[in-house]
Amino acid sequence: MPERMTDIEQDEGTARGSSALGPELQIAVGSRDHDPVVGEAVFDLSGVTVSYGDVPAVRDIGLDIRERSITALIGPSGCGKSTLLRCLNRMNDLIPSATVEGDIRYHGADLYADNVDPVQVRKLIGMVFQKPNPFPKSIYDNVAFGPRVLGMKGSMDEIVETALRRAALWEEVKDRLKANAFGMSGGQQQRLCIARALATGPDVLLMDEPCSALDPISTGRIEDLMLELRDKYTIVIVTHNMQQAARVSDRTAFFTVELDEGEMHRTGRVVEFDDTQKIFTTPADPRTEAYVTGKVG
Amino acid sequence: MSARDSAVSRPGSLDTARRLETARPRYGELAIAGVLFACALVSVLTTTGIVIALAEPTIEFFQAVSFKEFLTTTDWAPTFTPASFGVIPIVVGTLSVTFWALLVAIPFGLGAAIFLSEYAGERSRRILKPALEVLEGIPTIAYGFFALTFVTPLLRDLWFLGEEPALFNVLSAGLVMGVMILPTVATISDDAMRAVPAGLREGAYALGGSRRVVATRVVVPAALSGIVASFVLGFSRAIGETVIVLLAAGAIPNLTLDPRESVQTMTAFIAATGSGDIATGTITYKTIFAVGSLLFVMTMIVNLISIRLVNRFREVYE
Amino acid sequence: MSGRSGRGPRRAQAAALAAGETTAAFSHGSGSSREALKGRIFLAALILSVAIGLVMLVALIVKAFVDGLPRLNLDLVTSFPSSFPERAGIESAIWGTAWLMAGVSATVLPIGIGAAIYLEEYARKDRWYNRLIEANIQNLAAVPSIVYGILGLAFIVRGPLGLGDVVLAGSLTLALLVLPTVILASREAIRAVPASIREAALALGATRWQMIRRQVLPAATPGLATGMILALSRAIGETAPLLLVGGVTFITFNPGFDLSALDSPFTALPLTIFNYVARPQDEFRVVAAAAIIVLLVLLLTMNSFAIWLRNRYQRKW
Repeated sequence: MPERMTDIEQDEGTARGSSALGPELQIAVGSRDHDPVVGEAVFDLSGVTVSYGDVPAVRDIGLDIRERSITALIGPSGCGKSTLLRCLNRMNDLIPSATVEGDIRYHGADLYADNVDPVQVRKLIGMVFQKPNPFPKSIYDNVAFGPRVLGMKGSMDEIVETALRRAALWEEVKDRLKANAFGMSGGQQQRLCIARALATGPDVLLMDEPCSALDPISTGRIEDLMLELRDKYTIVIVTHNMQQAARVSDRTAFFTVELDEGEMHRTGRVVEFDDTQKIFTTPADPRTEAYVTGKVG
Repeated sequence: MSARDSAVSRPGSLDTARRLETARPRYGELAIAGVLFACALVSVLTTTGIVIALAEPTIEFFQAVSFKEFLTTTDWAPTFTPASFGVIPIVVGTLSVTFWALLVAIPFGLGAAIFLSEYAGERSRRILKPALEVLEGIPTIAYGFFALTFVTPLLRDLWFLGEEPALFNVLSAGLVMGVMILPTVATISDDAMRAVPAGLREGAYALGGSRRVVATRVVVPAALSGIVASFVLGFSRAIGETVIVLLAAGAIPNLTLDPRESVQTMTAFIAATGSGDIATGTITYKTIFAVGSLLFVMTMIVNLISIRLVNRFREVYE
Repeated sequence: MSGRSGRGPRRAQAAALAAGETTAAFSHGSGSSREALKGRIFLAALILSVAIGLVMLVALIVKAFVDGLPRLNLDLVTSFPSSFPERAGIESAIWGTAWLMAGVSATVLPIGIGAAIYLEEYARKDRWYNRLIEANIQNLAAVPSIVYGILGLAFIVRGPLGLGDVVLAGSLTLALLVLPTVILASREAIRAVPASIREAALALGATRWQMIRRQVLPAATPGLATGMILALSRAIGETAPLLLVGGVTFITFNPGFDLSALDSPFTALPLTIFNYVARPQDEFRVVAAAAIIVLLVLLLTMNSFAIWLRNRYQRKW
């Protein structure tokens, strides 16, 4: 409720000045009625550096993602947000030249231990991509794919329906489950992709700029969906849209890009990681402030 | 339902670690990868097989017949007694037919390519390109039939420069083979010319050049390595072609450059001798492989040249 | 343009060369009418080039039809080769070809597609053995078909496999011949499946093979089928290898209708045609021509089917 924001404004004084924030951002941040998150850490990252070949894409990342919260990763393009995201479900394994150093823990267990099966990791940690990428199959088969390949037990019909309901898609498609997924609109396809990811029973949902290919209305629906899903799932979202980060996330990590001496390689680092309200109203680091107030792209 | 809830029931670190572990090592995946790799290896095995199949008898052949006799004498009669093994007549036969084939394929193939790339509109291309593909796809047996039953009689009827061509002659086979190879030259040259940047052409046109001049003085030189690659590829196909020469060029080795005479090419020799019932291990049997080796080596060298040329032309514009 | 080292200078060189040529050409200052004449002659030469191929194509088809029409009837496909041209037919050839193609398909389909899957989905490009395999396939595509016949003669008909002049030997030899073609076409079909589908499948917890079997292969199937049909249509017309592997013996029986056919001597359409064309009697030419028509029609049908298949099922990603 707005009261909280006013409290903060009064408390923090005008030394930093949220006055530079645009009105939409103020409203966005203000409409959050959520306590700063306390809860168990689902992910715990420390000293994480990801390199492609010799070039580090992100360096020395330290974050913790708390359960049943939405964490946003924001920052200029090329700062490795997606790279880091893909570490969390070991999708970077697919790139032969990628190496991951540092410690990444999922519920306390080392995600990169030798005996960890990436397939199991991806069952528990789901991902939604930037451009909706449904399979060229029926809606039903799309959602059922994950459970089928993982050999999940239980009634497939039930699993599919539950997933589609959770993704707020059931009512729209329940009569045409056998229809080809390509016939849906972009926003529907993305919700299908969310349902598909939920069907394998994860407790984490990673979202890599999920709305950047969608129109504003579909974007709004997915943002609403995210807030609904937060009750049950831990969500980490990479986004270019600051308003979106301010609207939906509980905590935000701001990345920046560093160029090496030769100005050839870009490496990302986390500058600031805090409650979203703080990041957007009273950021501690001048670089953060420059970014969220739009001074820097 | 249950699948979902059980996942989020506050897993502790040990519990999670266990759940992340592999239940069993995925042997199935490894086995499949192995099978697929084996499939890819078949191609390597094929090459190895070809090399061994050719090399062994060839080595044995050259233990009985000297290099000198093989490569320098001019009497090719391996199936006779006494046998002689001078390979030159059939090599010349091959090159002779190839010469006439390229005489047709190179100018007309290049001409067709220039037309397609510099003159033809979209509609013409859509008819001509498939037509060329059809030409390329006609089985060689049909071409051989055509050469023997139509081209040869035609040549014999229309001939006016001295003695008419024999029933089997180099010229018929060469001309028909040329038309068969024409699409190869045309397609690759066309690709090479279309890869030339439009800017180059436009600059030339702007200077007042006519289409002819732009095509011949600008585009063709720019696409030269691709075009030459197509010639080389055509050459390679010509020396390896069997059926047309078998049917139309003749079956008797004959050292001559006169296109009206009949000759035997290397491929025709291999086919004629190999389709008979020659006992394994005889010198005649090994001759097949010796000539085959020669053909194989010639083809490989020619193809390596063309690959390098193709890579060169790709490099310049990519 | 940002040129990598070596390319910039070369491009500039090509451009300068072209510019020099152009100026030289233009500075020869031809009067416009002379240029127009040259232009027209040139164009005529080009059209002649195109025409030569087309004319011969038409002439070939017409000749085959004219010669073969008298014998183009049901008798043709229900009679066996005979010393009497009036009675000679191609029944054994048709069945021989059918069996050969069945053998080729059964062999080359799994191996060719398997190799293509390996190269596209599993092979790391920086490994030397993978580059060797790729270079190898390119080389094989350029080997003359008679050399495959030699390979078949040495290893499959005689030598280690020692199968004799039978259908299976012919099938294996032809399979090796078209293998590079199948691999090439299959790779293209697999490559056309977008990476986003693969990513989505893997992110859901599929193993690599599950992703390939359940998503990539089904999506690539139209392309794979088209490639297979085109490879078969090439194999059907091949004569040279079969001359060494099947021989030109007089086959007056069909290979049979069960698997024992694989072990039977055989003839094939191009082989029988060859036989007939090589005979001195003119009457045999008629039979040969009729058989050629059959072969051409068969090929036309297969290729049209392949093209239809590609157009109908090609997905626009």
